[in-house]
Amino acid sequence: MFYLIQLLNAVQYGLLLFLLSSGLTLIFGIMGVINLAHGSFYMVGAYLAYWLAKLTGNFWLAIPIGTVITLGIGGLLETTIIRRLYRRDHLYQVLITFGLILIFEELRSILFGNDVHGVTIPAGLNYSIPFTDTLSYPVYRLFVTAVCLITAALLYWVIYKTRVGMMIRAGNSNREIAASLGVNVPLLFAWVFAAGTALAGFAGAVAAPISSVFPGMGNQILIICFVVVVIGGIGSINGAMIASLAIGLADTLGKVIAAEYSAIAVYLVMALILLWRPQGIANRA
Amino acid sequence: MTPVIPITLPRSLLLIALVLLALFPLTGSTFYIQLGAKILIMAIFALSLDLLVGHTGLVSFGHAAYFGLAAYALALISPKYEAANVWLTLPLAMGIAAFAALVIGFFVLRTTGVYFIMVTLAFAQMLYSVFHDTRLGGGSDGLYIYVRPELTIAGFKPLDLESPLQFYYFVLILLILVYGLLKRILHAPFGRALAGIRLNEQRMRSIGFPIFGYKLGVFVIAGALAGLAGYLAACQFGFVNPDILAWQQSGTALMMVILGGMGRLHGAVLGALAYVLLQEILSAPAIVGSFAKHWQLAMGSLIVVIALVFPRGIGGIFDIALRRQSYRHPNANSVNRK
Repeated sequence: MFYLIQLLNAVQYGLLLFLLSSGLTLIFGIMGVINLAHGSFYMVGAYLAYWLAKLTGNFWLAIPIGTVITLGIGGLLETTIIRRLYRRDHLYQVLITFGLILIFEELRSILFGNDVHGVTIPAGLNYSIPFTDTLSYPVYRLFVTAVCLITAALLYWVIYKTRVGMMIRAGNSNREIAASLGVNVPLLFAWVFAAGTALAGFAGAVAAPISSVFPGMGNQILIICFVVVVIGGIGSINGAMIASLAIGLADTLGKVIAAEYSAIAVYLVMALILLWRPQGIANRA
Repeated sequence: MTPVIPITLPRSLLLIALVLLALFPLTGSTFYIQLGAKILIMAIFALSLDLLVGHTGLVSFGHAAYFGLAAYALALISPKYEAANVWLTLPLAMGIAAFAALVIGFFVLRTTGVYFIMVTLAFAQMLYSVFHDTRLGGGSDGLYIYVRPELTIAGFKPLDLESPLQFYYFVLILLILVYGLLKRILHAPFGRALAGIRLNEQRMRSIGFPIFGYKLGVFVIAGALAGLAGYLAACQFGFVNPDILAWQQSGTALMMVILGGMGRLHGAVLGALAYVLLQEILSAPAIVGSFAKHWQLAMGSLIVVIALVFPRGIGGIFDIALRRQSYRHPNANSVNRK
């Protein structure tokens, strides 16, 4: 029973990572931009959920509104700043998006302060399923798992079954040829970037009741997402899925075996993958 | 982008800069001397990173790891109420940083481009979590160094590091040594090979250069020099905490390199100067008022603007003047050396 609970946690964490890293990997695969500020959108989503839930008194309203706002912020950033980075060296992309992180973190500190805030679990889901006398599992975590699964399925459907998805995949494998075949590349880029950030914001909002909202939460998860992208292979949705679940499992197992060193387990997995296949599991050398 | 042969300042300019740096403590109070020492330490750190980023084309986003490891090494091996020996602790701290760079480099140098950026960041963050989560280095509180290490030669003490003024000169001497060493390395065949790797790795490989070995070599040198800077920083501030190896520190170092103009030795020094001064100004309540608490907002905006508008940095300003000079003597560099 104990291991079942850990497994459920691992899957839930892994799926959450997938929502974040799929955006990151697509933004990189399609636009060639390494976006350090991706984690900041996770934070923005979580803080928006916290703030909107308090404002409206309804968590279910906070999630869609928060997601739309992050979509807007993402679109705005793409058209003002990120657009100028497509042809620039990675170094400048890193630096500029690093600057954006500082701006986001400081704005968060001005608007919300530096305290940890809890987000109450919505009424209908605020109970646990008892497994044995001592062990039980919170329903909200199951809900997050389900939501992530549905979102992931939707993402797969959009990317592999729709015309927009076709354009995204075309842009991913060859920008120039996609453009010459009549894809409106600047518009596509803007939407992919905004959608990626909205996905991150959505993940943050959904996870907020579990993790609560705190300073630096975006950076912490961003680095884990980098590990996921490195393991999965840049630009690969399938790779991101496998890697997310693997990291979810490694992190949870690490916490069970040696709590103090659990953070290291994740990086050890990455080091091993680097030895075996430096291009990521989904990409051929 | 950056020139094949590193642009170096002519001797006359270097000499002027050196005299200015040496005379600087005469003008200021203890506060400015300490600020000066901080700038010089950051200059060593930026120089070590520029060796990777500007000269070899390896964008490391985890350079703070080696800086922080050496700082922790000093804190962990210093006796509690006595001064440690510089001759013992400095090589040891740098050695630990170099060894970490060797091990991490072995993994990260298998990747290139954007993977390299992410993987260096991830490994640095692994070290951060080791120091942050475990009690090894005092956890998130860090450790104090109550007494600065002692520099003695056969019982005689040439410099007392407890004095801010003498510490400043100690750091200045080390910066000059590092600057000279890097200049030497970059003009040696090893340095030219690094430039070749930066410009066209495939071609260098097909000519027969052992690319991985060269990269690992330069990664270890850069790690050891970052360790030197970290050791000095730990000396100066008297404490270490996990923040000194967090990724913000790596980002700061990159910012200094870009700000000064990468691929130029003087650029890294100018970048460190500009960054530390900017940070001081932006976080001084006397200048910016109540906004000082949120200096990172202004710094973040500045980073974005500078990287968008001035990709060549401050050091780039000197380029035109220096280029003109090298047109007159195409081999000016090599002639000067002989």
